[in-house]
Amino acid sequence: MAQAPVLPRGFELPLEPRLPRVGSVDAVALEERAASLTKRSIKKDAKVFALELAVRMMDLTTLEGQDTPGKVAALASKAIRPDPSDAGIPSVAAICVYPNLVPSAVARVEGTSVKVASVATAFPSGQSPIETKLEEVRWVVERGADEVDMVIDRGAFLSGRYAKVYDEIVQVKEASGDAHLKVILEVAELGTYDNVRRASLLAMAAGADFIKTSTGKLPGAATLPVTLCMLEAIRDVYEETGRMVGMKPAGGIRQAKQAVQYLVQLHETLGVEWLTPDLYRLGASSLLNDVLMQLRKEKTGAYQSPDYFTVD
Amino acid sequence: MTELERKKDRTPVPKEWAYAPAPESRDVVTLDDRYGHYVGGKWLEPSETYTTISPATEEPLAEVGQATPEEVEAAVAAARDAFENGWSGISAAERAKYLFRIARILQERAREFAVLESLNGGKPIKESRDVDLPLAAAHFFYYAGWADKLEYAFPNRRPRPVGVAGQIIPWNFPLLMLSWKIAPALAAGNTVVLKPAETTPLSALLFADVLRQAELPPGVVNIVTGDGRTGAALVKSEGVDKIAFTGSTDVGKAIQRELAGTGKKLTLELGGKAANIIFDDAALDQAVEGIVNGIYFNQGHVCCAGSRLLVQESIYEPVVEKLKRRLTTLRVGDPLDKNTDVGAINSKQQLEKIRELVESGEQEGAEIYQPPCRLPEKGYWFVPTVFTNVAQSYRIAQEEIFGPVLSVLTFRTPEEAVEKANNTPYGLSAGVWTEKGSRILWMAERLRAGVVWANTFNRFDPSSPFGGYKESGFGREGGRHGLEPYLAFDKSEPDSA
Repeated sequence: MAQAPVLPRGFELPLEPRLPRVGSVDAVALEERAASLTKRSIKKDAKVFALELAVRMMDLTTLEGQDTPGKVAALASKAIRPDPSDAGIPSVAAICVYPNLVPSAVARVEGTSVKVASVATAFPSGQSPIETKLEEVRWVVERGADEVDMVIDRGAFLSGRYAKVYDEIVQVKEASGDAHLKVILEVAELGTYDNVRRASLLAMAAGADFIKTSTGKLPGAATLPVTLCMLEAIRDVYEETGRMVGMKPAGGIRQAKQAVQYLVQLHETLGVEWLTPDLYRLGASSLLNDVLMQLRKEKTGAYQSPDYFTVD
Repeated sequence: MTELERKKDRTPVPKEWAYAPAPESRDVVTLDDRYGHYVGGKWLEPSETYTTISPATEEPLAEVGQATPEEVEAAVAAARDAFENGWSGISAAERAKYLFRIARILQERAREFAVLESLNGGKPIKESRDVDLPLAAAHFFYYAGWADKLEYAFPNRRPRPVGVAGQIIPWNFPLLMLSWKIAPALAAGNTVVLKPAETTPLSALLFADVLRQAELPPGVVNIVTGDGRTGAALVKSEGVDKIAFTGSTDVGKAIQRELAGTGKKLTLELGGKAANIIFDDAALDQAVEGIVNGIYFNQGHVCCAGSRLLVQESIYEPVVEKLKRRLTTLRVGDPLDKNTDVGAINSKQQLEKIRELVESGEQEGAEIYQPPCRLPEKGYWFVPTVFTNVAQSYRIAQEEIFGPVLSVLTFRTPEEAVEKANNTPYGLSAGVWTEKGSRILWMAERLRAGVVWANTFNRFDPSSPFGGYKESGFGREGGRHGLEPYLAFDKSEPDSA
């Protein structure tokens, strides 16, 4: 994508040639549509397809103050080979860690398909000077992070300084270089679906490769309606510009059943072209074992004790 | 080229994600080979029968009675007897008890009824399960609550029951229309002879078993099946005090002619050609969902379906693009599959009518769009269809198609939207999509339609009155208003009929 033009003032995105309209979201109807898609009954082969895809799309995450190289090593092993007893289970997409853990993570996944994603830009609050944020981004990219998960400045967004939010994303995108940029909106702090839509379009206009719901540090992280709202914004950008932006719901996705619901929603909103880890990620820390358990059940016909799945 | 396309190791994208079949089990429904008429709490052996089928497979389901005028008279006599010797004399609280029982039994047997409704009518199981059955039970609950509070519904007017109500219902929501009719009639203290539609009699016949379970006194509800001849006999019957009809405008007019001068009360809920009006400030993705729900819900077999889409011209292109894209995700097929969005057309006759009107649309010069779609070989099916470039004068913009066919027109100003929306002989419903609250109220004041939905469509609730303007009929069903057609008021008071 060409360098996005800097907004002169206010919020006038070059998304629609005729009217610079952002549009709005009807909360009731959005939630209804999201709920109706959860009623899809996904069985047998279709379920196995979804579960394996969920594994391949997973960003296995640990973002704790107590993270250590040892913890990250365990996570990396799990990411590469999620189920040691079943070689047919694919690796996950990436492991997602704090900047300090990037070197350990990179060393552990070297030579595999698993990517290293690092949160950055004063995660989770984003309340730091831009210079600090950019420095952090350059630091993790230099140390081999394939993907950068940045947070937007919600303080600026909520006070109407959209151009500041936009400029920051543009600068972070530049600092990320070849690394993939995921822009975290932290939807729980945005308050309305209208704001989520506005922030989504803002992030995409500024060059986000992915837009992501949440840091996982707040209650009320990813939900199906908020993810649908973001997918619809992605769809509008695609229709308008041909550009395919990725989506990452994160936080609160713990069960395989939920993962399938997210994938059904993706499938029926953006279509089969988005069913790839290049364009969709599930950010989760405890989802993987439930998916593995369900996959084993589909293959063997019986549920097995959680003791048979490694806790990492 | 996008950022992503420049990445070297892209993972392959699957060609498709086909959902495995997820059929609801048919085993929850046990059908008899043959059904009679339910008269005076007993099954009356029919003198003539016909076969009722599943429109999705054309498979015969059961033999049902074709009621003759004599059989209809027997049902009316049973209703009269029950009215005079019992039902009108019991306490209102006692009537409420039966209605509450029926509501609860419907909830308990919801799955069975939902499967039967989809089997006999062709509608997707997700709709019969999530819409028809919950609403049917809700209507009985709602009117059960009114039974002993009629004086409060009509203060100072001393309401009393009318007597025997003859009720003729359509095939699009068989059990739900049954509950719309029976619940207020019984709550008001009347007895009933109900005639379900020719093509969808089975849920009404299974409902007779609910009445048995609820121990409703014999004769309070009687059910006769058959085609239009049976309905005509019921309308003509001298023992009937009130006719309630839901169906086509042509039949409604014939009934009104027949009843002129007889003193029988009448309510008609007839056809529609509703405008669904999308303003340029609407939440577009949700509006598109509303358009889809407005016209493809129940295969478009909905009298209040949003069959005319009026789009503000400035957003015509994105709306039509979004709509076409959404249509490709509609899953047409087996009504019993839990993932089906659009089921079978109810009957061969209806399918022919839809085809005829769609052909006329193409001939008149409208542009047709149908998503790629594999239809089952047997049964009656029609692909969800959108017509663009439709002029107000085309038949597809004027006549009720009663199928999954949408006509798209444009407007420039709110005044023009109102003018186009009202430019129809019908007036049952309308939809307005805008984020501007004041415009919703401005539009609702001017739209000549019984129901105006704002930022939603096809939403029903027992407490909300429903009915038409102009050739869409008269009288209201639902809410406090829905009691009135089943009540008479003392002579000293103004009669509403």
